[in-house]
Amino acid sequence: MVLNNLPVSGPWGERHLLGLERLSAEQLTTVLDLAEHYDRATLGGTQRLDVLKGVVVANLFFENSTRTRTSFSLAARRLGADTVDFTASSSSLSKGETFIDTALTIEAMGVDMVVCRHRTPGAPHLLARHLKASVLNAGDGTHEHPTQGLLDIYTIRKARGRISGLTVALVGDIRHSRVARSNIHGLVKLGARVIVCGPATLIPSDITQMGVEIAYSLDDILPEVDCVNLLRVQFERQRGAFFPSIPEYANLFGMNGDRIRRGKSDLLVLAPGPINRGVELTPDVADGPHSLILNQVTNGLLVRMACLTLLTQERRRLQGGEA
Amino acid sequence: MSRKLIRGGRVIDPANGIDAIADVWIQDGRIDAITSVREESDADIDWRDTEIINASGKIVCPGFIDTHVSLREPGYEEDESTATGTAAALAGGFTTIAAQSDTCPVVDNRSAAEFIRLQAERARNCRVYPLGAVTKESKGEELAEIGQLVQGGAIGFSDAKSPVANSEVMRRALEYTRMFNRPILHFAMVPELSEGGVIHEGFQATRLGLRGIPAAAQDIMTGRDIALAELTGGRVHLMCVTTADSVERIRRAQAAGIAVTADVTPHHLLLTDEVMDSFDTMYKCNPPLRSAEHVQALIAGLKDGTLSAITADHQPLAFEKKQVELDIAPFGICGIETLLAVCVKALIEPGHLTWSELISRLTVGPAAVLGLKHGTLSTGQPADVTIIDPDEQWTVKASEFRSRSRNTPFDGKVFTGRVIMTLVDGEIRYQKGV
Repeated sequence: MVLNNLPVSGPWGERHLLGLERLSAEQLTTVLDLAEHYDRATLGGTQRLDVLKGVVVANLFFENSTRTRTSFSLAARRLGADTVDFTASSSSLSKGETFIDTALTIEAMGVDMVVCRHRTPGAPHLLARHLKASVLNAGDGTHEHPTQGLLDIYTIRKARGRISGLTVALVGDIRHSRVARSNIHGLVKLGARVIVCGPATLIPSDITQMGVEIAYSLDDILPEVDCVNLLRVQFERQRGAFFPSIPEYANLFGMNGDRIRRGKSDLLVLAPGPINRGVELTPDVADGPHSLILNQVTNGLLVRMACLTLLTQERRRLQGGEA
Repeated sequence: MSRKLIRGGRVIDPANGIDAIADVWIQDGRIDAITSVREESDADIDWRDTEIINASGKIVCPGFIDTHVSLREPGYEEDESTATGTAAALAGGFTTIAAQSDTCPVVDNRSAAEFIRLQAERARNCRVYPLGAVTKESKGEELAEIGQLVQGGAIGFSDAKSPVANSEVMRRALEYTRMFNRPILHFAMVPELSEGGVIHEGFQATRLGLRGIPAAAQDIMTGRDIALAELTGGRVHLMCVTTADSVERIRRAQAAGIAVTADVTPHHLLLTDEVMDSFDTMYKCNPPLRSAEHVQALIAGLKDGTLSAITADHQPLAFEKKQVELDIAPFGICGIETLLAVCVKALIEPGHLTWSELISRLTVGPAAVLGLKHGTLSTGQPADVTIIDPDEQWTVKASEFRSRSRNTPFDGKVFTGRVIMTLVDGEIRYQKGV
């Protein structure tokens, strides 16, 4: 299979993937369709293709993440790309070298694509302004995490065949969640009804301007919901106490067997992970029949393969159409 | 005996209610007279030894005054020095500035204040009056040696961007400075509410995942400062007002006769937090750029005089300091050289203020805050004069700044209206292109 002759070709035209906010419904669908193609073509991500042969992908992680980095590395290698991992301390101040200098150094080694995770919102945007390589945002602070949003949406679409008309609840720490923001942008554009639910301290009230509804009671909305996405409580991003105690949080917003029984019979349970068992959800829910948590991990690989492919395709197009 | 004639310009002197085409005569560094435009054929005038500056089509006004400028010397010479900062001030049309106390070490003692004056004398650019710190090392704990700072030339007191958060300390400071009839220039911000914030708290902060600084952080402290000014009879000047509610609180306090004044920056008048989706550190300033409804309230406050001064809030920062991630980049805009152009775009072009009103906020307004006699073209005053070409279209080139720093969000942007000449004591200290 050659890159400029993919079986799926919807609109794309993006050199970088910095967030889902700037993507249209059509562009989102292009990614999801290509991920679906890869699902079949690689037997669920287990077979290798050589679509990205010769492409060098650098994982530039300024914040700890084992699962996202591993997923990106695997996705790149499944498509035949070479990967280099660069893990740095989170603050450029502590390193004595600026973030941009670090990235330029990596790029000078002949890198085509930079997958960047950073604790500062906008850090990948800064890279995109300075690098010739394509930049893929793998999570920028509390801003966006586009591939996580895409894999969540892909998981829902695969389970239900559609996004439009579904009601999705994002539950938990909305304020500090990049996953929430990417999910919101993607789901709203694809026609879902999105409810954000959590403690009032963790839901900025102006988030309604992003086209979502706010609910403070999980029990109230549960009967209407097709999918709950249980966001991890971001203990590390919170300054001060946003809720009185973990038992109180679990009591009000935790997903347990009791709540599963009160929800729709085909309720989907997603959690971006790593999950705090006993906080966002109880073990019986995590391991139960409604849970798609492990499917999300597999789908993450497919969605990332799709993103890497589309970015490389665009990059080659801009460079003047290399076969 | 030296004599200059600034001829045929539109002379705007708000303090004296003048806005007319006229000649400004300068004799031995002082304003001699403002007359109708005279011709060289007029035989009653001795034209010998008169240097003529043609100001036809230009605006001639008193030199601008800035209530707080960060000159960064000593301690942060990588950002600015007294010489470069005052040269930048002249290029911006400023003939008098108050130097902020946020040097290293802080200007919290007499010798530190005297050093500022000495460096300004050496630079021989614009007039510089030091601000002394309110508290030792600006830590907000113990009063600085305010009396000795006055002896060292301190014109007012300020802990720069460090709020005096402890109300008891602020109360004593207002009582104590009253003895010397000097204002406290305070940065009204509740630290617990602003800590870690990088952007105005509102939809943009939510959308971009950036930690917000709520308007209430400024409003609460503004309210406290007003209450303490009323309690003590001290004089408080609120620096960089950015919120609608603060403007309204100040307006009501002034109506009640409380000694409170306030200033605003040009960038808070032109820009809103919507620019932050560029994640560009050049826009990061403290207080943050607010939303459009706050901007409207600031303009209304400026129009009715609630905000009596415009300040560049000049915060020069070395190039590399801004070339980092948004959350660790320091706050501040290097703004004194672009102040007029930005004000024209924000205030004159949309018709919010007249030229006379704008110039008043840059001259008599800040002069009153600092208790200075400058800022007028009254006969006998030192001839501090700024000449503006109101029609010149120009592109900001940060690389050509006289400031040592380049941290401006306006680089490459096109503006109309430019300072073309600045005189201090009747001497040309800045001339565009020279």
